[in-house]
Amino acid sequence: MELLLEPDLLDVTLRHALAGGAEFAEVFVEDRRSSSARLDDQRIEELVSGRERGAGIRVVNGDTTGFAHTADLSPRGLADAAAAAAAAARGGGAGVREFALAAPQTYDNDVVVLPDSVPKARKIELLKRADDAARSTGGAIRSVSASFAEGRRRILVANSDGLVATDERVRTRFYVQAVASGDTGMQTGYEAPGRTMGFEYYDEFAVEAIATKAARQALTLLDAVPAPSGKVPVVLMRGAGGVLFHEACGHGLEADLVERDASVFAGKVGAQVAARGVTLVDDGTFAKEWGTFGVDDEGQPARSNTLIDNGVLTDYMWDLVRARKAGRASSGNGRRETYQVLPMVRMTNTFLTSGDTDPDEIIADTEFGVYCVQLGGGQVNTATGDFVFGVTEGYLIENGEITRPIRPAQLIGNGPASLRDIDAIGNDFATWSGMCGKSGQSVPVSSGQPTLRVQNLTIGGTAS
Amino acid sequence: MNDDLLQLCRRVAADARPGEQIEAYAVRTHETDIEVFSGHVESLSIAGIEGVGVRVIADGRQGFAWAGSLDESVVRDTVADARDNAAFAEPDAWNGLAGPADVATAPAVEFDLWRDSLASVTTDRKIEFVLELDERLRTADPRLRGVESASYGDGAIESALANSLGVDAQVRRTIASASASAMAGDGDETQTGYGFSVGRDFESVDLGAVVAMAVERTVRLLGARPVPSRRVPVVFDPLVTASFLAVLGAAFNAEAMLKGRSLFQDRVGESVAAPGVRIVDDPTNPDMMGASPHDAEGVPCRVNELVVDGVLQGFLHNTYTARRAGATTTGSAARGGYKSTPGVGIKALSFTPGTASASEVLAQAGDAFYVQSVSGIHSGTNPISGDFSVGASGLLLRDGAFTEPVREVTIASTLPRMLNDIAAIGSDLTYLPGSTAGLTLLIGDMTLSGT
Repeated sequence: MELLLEPDLLDVTLRHALAGGAEFAEVFVEDRRSSSARLDDQRIEELVSGRERGAGIRVVNGDTTGFAHTADLSPRGLADAAAAAAAAARGGGAGVREFALAAPQTYDNDVVVLPDSVPKARKIELLKRADDAARSTGGAIRSVSASFAEGRRRILVANSDGLVATDERVRTRFYVQAVASGDTGMQTGYEAPGRTMGFEYYDEFAVEAIATKAARQALTLLDAVPAPSGKVPVVLMRGAGGVLFHEACGHGLEADLVERDASVFAGKVGAQVAARGVTLVDDGTFAKEWGTFGVDDEGQPARSNTLIDNGVLTDYMWDLVRARKAGRASSGNGRRETYQVLPMVRMTNTFLTSGDTDPDEIIADTEFGVYCVQLGGGQVNTATGDFVFGVTEGYLIENGEITRPIRPAQLIGNGPASLRDIDAIGNDFATWSGMCGKSGQSVPVSSGQPTLRVQNLTIGGTAS
Repeated sequence: MNDDLLQLCRRVAADARPGEQIEAYAVRTHETDIEVFSGHVESLSIAGIEGVGVRVIADGRQGFAWAGSLDESVVRDTVADARDNAAFAEPDAWNGLAGPADVATAPAVEFDLWRDSLASVTTDRKIEFVLELDERLRTADPRLRGVESASYGDGAIESALANSLGVDAQVRRTIASASASAMAGDGDETQTGYGFSVGRDFESVDLGAVVAMAVERTVRLLGARPVPSRRVPVVFDPLVTASFLAVLGAAFNAEAMLKGRSLFQDRVGESVAAPGVRIVDDPTNPDMMGASPHDAEGVPCRVNELVVDGVLQGFLHNTYTARRAGATTTGSAARGGYKSTPGVGIKALSFTPGTASASEVLAQAGDAFYVQSVSGIHSGTNPISGDFSVGASGLLLRDGAFTEPVREVTIASTLPRMLNDIAAIGSDLTYLPGSTAGLTLLIGDMTLSGT
């Protein structure tokens, strides 16, 4: 594959970056193409195409990282950016580091059909089909919007350790939002699976199925009763609750937050932090998943990392610069939204592994509680461990049976406490895809889990 | 003012073929970001972004493309992409760009959001400032355990727009801000709180204010725990009110209304909030951080009264929604940068302040829950259905005085009910980053869920 920058230019740019004396320098080059289209009100409203290309250069000197970026990939543009990053790193005094770039490591992805190779007319047809499917789900569906977004992101990383690595990520996501209207007002349904796949995504996901799911959710919620208020047992359907663990403990296991003492999990490696049977894995190699890649944005191969093993905390997630400081290897969790920002520790695909209980038994064994089928986004304060996430489709469990749908409400809990309160783990499994925000950067992640029960979470409904 | 961005946009717009409308929007930023941790500069980033977004409308069909570059050949490719995209969209008779008649719907707004002084502040001076912020916060109160982060950032942002109907506009603004997050507590307890200060130049960033705010918001939560569920009056601190308004803002959007997705559907002229409540979007107030002389289509901004004495006055429009609704644009076109087409959005939304000071509002609240921060506001509120349920931390009020600190609870109601339950609006209007301003707000009744 053709490199985004010639090896000679990478070499000379790194030399510029190291000229003032520094321990580490890196050039990150990115070329991104994206396109999307939206149908709303039964009409194809708009198609959008975007292109972006540039390089981010970082120079590490002691505890300080200097950073600059440029969209000008000429020798002059790169030299200027390298000089700016070096100046920002406040280098000086130390000797100039020598290095030699190795042969590029490339990673094959298994994308079958590049989205760009598919005619636009064919993609537009998908939106129409989704609209028809959602509308035919029920007469109370008042409004449907459907869209797709697809992107191809090629990256090249070279650093003063001699590393040169490239990766290509192709991602596709289809979104449907349906609004239903009834006596109780309006309710919404939403479904948007994302995968690291090309156009073959649609072989796996029929747009009609995505649309019907969104529409059914909106229709179901028309009959919803107010959610309970207070502490309840919560059963999370497979896939639906992965985001809980993403928030409840995933973020707290990111080494940058641990290093700042801004995590409740700091200093807890080797300790029992979750109920027995709880095993949490972050796996950037999970085939076709939304948070998957070949190498991370620091050129480190994606890995599968066990973070909690049968309840015991085994490791944090690391990026390259922090791992170097700690004298260990990166765990392949260095990610950045674009070349215009610095990488940091981020999750990839984070999931709880399956147990051996029949999911139906878990529900039957719950006298009263809430059954969550879909969660919206969440948020965590890693320093306190307190997290929230929205239940966008949930039901009451009464006497061991799923009964009435509840209106959307927030769940709130504490990460370490919730991990200890898991008292049933199902033998099924599914994932969920979303965008994860941290310090202003948004990256695709997935989360997953079997059906499971958390004995005690606070739900913020309005039922008295 | 350097008008090369405007010239570029005009060149693109001049390329329109017969029967075609073209709009170009170009942006250039220059930014400095400094992060300090534990007494040293952790990262220093000095960088700028350039980009262009091109909208093409032909036969009522709209296409859009963007590029992260102002290079002439890239811009040409972008125009071609936008044209090709338009061919695949479906016609909509209401599609169109802003024309001179739209621009004439309000007088031009004159103010300067740019401060030359920002460019003359050296990077060393900014670094010194953050190091001092980190140091002063670390030693500000014996109950603090550490500083989670201390940072400074500034930016100079220039943008220009031109379209083939002869509309053009440009604006430039500077912004500078500092923020810090503190941690307090020992043993198993940790509480966090942050402070910030924002202005249009370096001099207006108030280091002392950041420290004081971070300390107050952190230490007053020490010992916080969940409390039993109850129905309770709730006081929002100004930051929380600003978040509430940011969510509510979507309901005033004519785009949502036209598509049947606003909870204010068919409610114009009706009471949607308690008597006396006035809500205004006013980008012509230069003290609002979202202030702007014109909107994202080049139409002058103006004062838009949305709720007066509790009664809904109307919706916010861009030229598309105005055409479709038979209304006039309110100068409310908004875009998230050069990567998107103009939609409709709030720019500077606030409650009109009342006469009671913040402490008088607390006194009126009596026994209540004072909320200093909310979490999950986007996942927990739905501006279509109106459901509102968010995580909250703060303090219980007894007889208007702060008593025990609270965390890990939720507060819930619906947006329509909350508007009707507004019992007091403070006089403490607080300008904040983003598109809303805050003040102390008393909501008479919400459901608190805890233990």
